[in-house]
Amino acid sequence: MTDDILDGWETVIGLEVHAELATNTKLFSSARNVFGGEPNTNIDPVSLGLPGSLPVLNKKAVELAIRVGLALNCRVQRSVFARKNYFYPDMPKAYQISQFDLPINEGGWLELPDGRQIGIERAHLEEDTGKSSHVGGGGRIHEADYSLVDYNRAGVPLIEIVGAPDLRSADDAREYVAELRSILVAIGASDGKMEEGSMRVDCNVSVRPQGNQEFGTRCEVKNINSLRSLGRAIEYEARRQVDIITSGQQVEQQTRHWDEADGRTHTLRSKEEAFDYRYFSEPDLVPLDPSPEWITEIQESQPPLPRQRRIDLAKASKTEPRDVALIVQKDLDEFALSAIEKGADASRVLVHLANNLADGVGHLTEDAFAALIHLETNGDLSATQAKTVLADLVDKGGDPAQVAADHGFEAMDTSELDALIESIINEHPDDWSAFVQGDAEERKKKSGFFVGQVMKMTKGQADGKVVNDILLHRAEN
Amino acid sequence: MNAREIPSAIRNGETTAKEVLETHLKAIQNREEEIHAFNLVMEEEARNEAERIDALAAKGEDPGPLTGIPIAIKDNICTQGVPTTCSSKILDGWRPPYDATIIERLRDAGAVIVGKTNLDEFAMGASTENSAFGPTRNPLDTTRVPGGSSGGSAAAVAAGFAPLAIGSDTGGSIRQPAALCGVVGVKPTYGRVSRYGLVAFASSLDQIGPFAETVADAALLLEVISGHDPLDTTSIPEPPLDLSTALTQGVEGLRIGVIDELSGGAIEGISDDVLGCLEDAVQALTSAGAIVERTSVPSTVYGLSAYYVIAPAEASSNLARYDGVRFGPRVDAKTTSEMMVATRTAGFGDEVKRRIMLGTYALSAGYYDAYYGKSQKVRTLIMNDFANAYKKYDLLLSPTAPTTAFPLGDKTEDPLQMYLQDICTISSNLAGHPAMSVPFGKGTDGLPVGIQVLASAMDEHTMFRAGAVLEASNQGKS
Repeated sequence: MTDDILDGWETVIGLEVHAELATNTKLFSSARNVFGGEPNTNIDPVSLGLPGSLPVLNKKAVELAIRVGLALNCRVQRSVFARKNYFYPDMPKAYQISQFDLPINEGGWLELPDGRQIGIERAHLEEDTGKSSHVGGGGRIHEADYSLVDYNRAGVPLIEIVGAPDLRSADDAREYVAELRSILVAIGASDGKMEEGSMRVDCNVSVRPQGNQEFGTRCEVKNINSLRSLGRAIEYEARRQVDIITSGQQVEQQTRHWDEADGRTHTLRSKEEAFDYRYFSEPDLVPLDPSPEWITEIQESQPPLPRQRRIDLAKASKTEPRDVALIVQKDLDEFALSAIEKGADASRVLVHLANNLADGVGHLTEDAFAALIHLETNGDLSATQAKTVLADLVDKGGDPAQVAADHGFEAMDTSELDALIESIINEHPDDWSAFVQGDAEERKKKSGFFVGQVMKMTKGQADGKVVNDILLHRAEN
Repeated sequence: MNAREIPSAIRNGETTAKEVLETHLKAIQNREEEIHAFNLVMEEEARNEAERIDALAAKGEDPGPLTGIPIAIKDNICTQGVPTTCSSKILDGWRPPYDATIIERLRDAGAVIVGKTNLDEFAMGASTENSAFGPTRNPLDTTRVPGGSSGGSAAAVAAGFAPLAIGSDTGGSIRQPAALCGVVGVKPTYGRVSRYGLVAFASSLDQIGPFAETVADAALLLEVISGHDPLDTTSIPEPPLDLSTALTQGVEGLRIGVIDELSGGAIEGISDDVLGCLEDAVQALTSAGAIVERTSVPSTVYGLSAYYVIAPAEASSNLARYDGVRFGPRVDAKTTSEMMVATRTAGFGDEVKRRIMLGTYALSAGYYDAYYGKSQKVRTLIMNDFANAYKKYDLLLSPTAPTTAFPLGDKTEDPLQMYLQDICTISSNLAGHPAMSVPFGKGTDGLPVGIQVLASAMDEHTMFRAGAVLEASNQGKS
């Protein structure tokens, strides 16, 4: 990537993440908060914004918002709801009840698995809008033949988490969102499903020459539906901006729309066309002032957060927190700790969880997992055999020793293996002398060759580590 | 028969809810065409309800404190299945799928709803001439306005169409028409009566309240509709009011301040005959044992200016939902935003449009601090001035309206003149305090004058004490 247009440039990214809070009912009424359902079935006068209806704040939503604030190390404070006014068909009241100058959570940080802290400017409560479907005209409101609106989502509680412009690459951004998602799921605030839209990411991107301190002009990119498109959108947008600057023009502050199909961002509106939301305090609601006792109560009932869980697992497995990030992200750390506690070799536990259990543990129990690793570390099963048995245990459950026996896996006798190796050496004398006389690199290459031969002959039943030991022993004696 | 006498007469078998209703329906039949107090007379529903109440009473059950009392409801309060128009074309034909909290309370108390009354569109006005369905006329002189915006409710009580009515008061919309029609009108403390189901004009100022022929009847109705409602976050967590002892307690020893600015002081335009009635009211209260003196509430003079920023600002937001998407008539157009513009252009009247524009401007980026922000500061100033006054006085006193009822068309060409109708009433809304208008004396034109009794937040009780004394004294005179 030496000729990359981005060389010499720094990308600056700040993310705004909206997450739907996992309440039973909506933020301001008793209509149900569930995904899916026939259009316009989870509605009531409040979610439709009918004349005369009034909002009543959902206490559970406030509790979850405070949980998020505490998990992100924010100051939880007295807050005020505000109306954000704009016309759109799926916005029932033509204003969104949000928080503006006094958000419930302010000034925190989120720690990435590598230890970097990313600033959190605020995390405030607001209500979701309905959903429009534009029929005809390529699905865009301006060319549509007609539009349909579903208000099931209108009034669903959201927490909007505004991150500081502390991220520097698409990878950073993906890690940040993954970590944020783990936190939200861990504390039960949200299911964090990007594919169902319960977690949505808008990103602000700007570029500047490496070493510059001032920020460049930023563009906000909307319509990002997955971690993959987040990365693609950031990279596209950064290149677009560098391209503009290096060709002598200036980046215009805009809101842009990510098009997943063509892999580009498109202008949605310029700064001049930006809405004037005419924010003012929501007169239908009183200020929200959670008592210190309640906040303490919530703090004390917080489950362990991913950061702490990484530290705990790393300690138990004598490794670094960043090395167990994926396992914690997949919520498998408790499983890992339990297997380690049962005496299973920590490094094998981590390897299997990271490589072979990425899609979940299925029917595998902690006991079976620990027992399997025992078989493996005792030399009763080779790594390849263990992997096969593990797949079966995930699928159907059962006793590892029995599953191994059913597969006909038996530990190979060392003398049997020794004889086999001897015959292979005799068949390949040149390779053998290269192994014996070669330097470290050559030796590694040739050991790969011999192990491969042994595996071929034993149909994978031999333990690679044992084969290596035998080869070394023979070379040095 | 006063409202208060109806329930016991029905329980005693002296009359029936049906009979009471028919008397009032007859009055409506006789004069409604001329007065136009109603947007809708609910004859059939009312007859069914009266029968239900009579059946309950016949079984010896008590249908409630308002048993069989006909009541008229301002047409900006939601009634399930019954059109609620706010006297606006933009809500023409809309039937709410739910009842306002106060409607439930009225039904539970045994009241019989006779109809939905006319108002200035979305409660914006002081004469009920801003109605999309034509003006209401003052029953005492049909060449004159009944006041507004709850002009239909005031006229309904004054014309004997219903002994009780419900109005809403954002800047004087109950008290001023009560004064102009010679009836009693009460704006309770903000949050005393649930706003759930009241179509919002300016949410931080709107308050529902009663109209009645007498102070005692107004108290009876207020007791029923007051009290905490979990559906309105701004409703005060207090049980319903009990005003029974207030009506006979008198004003002996009460300290009452006459607001100088509204009584011939800083603010001009209060007519001499109205000021004369105020002097008589002071006399009446003094002879009843109150200590009455003039006092100053300096910031009241800024009330009107602050109000005409805050109320339109909130209105511009509250009325944004009338976009033709979910309810009400729709004017079709090529695109969604053109449809919204066309629907709103056709659906709203001039005064509503004027206030939406005022409010939108006041909240706009770059103007917010100078207008909305500053007005909120004035509002705080007014609250502080009232708080200071109530350290010294139990109640305050002023005229309700600057003049008696004025001729139709008199002020329609000059919005500012119309706005000045609320000069005496607006500050109570900004402060959130209760105030009531009681008929007291007459102008040189023979039309009634209203005196306004103002009280500190939550103190409706003391306010009704003075109201009852003024009423007794006024009746003694005539």
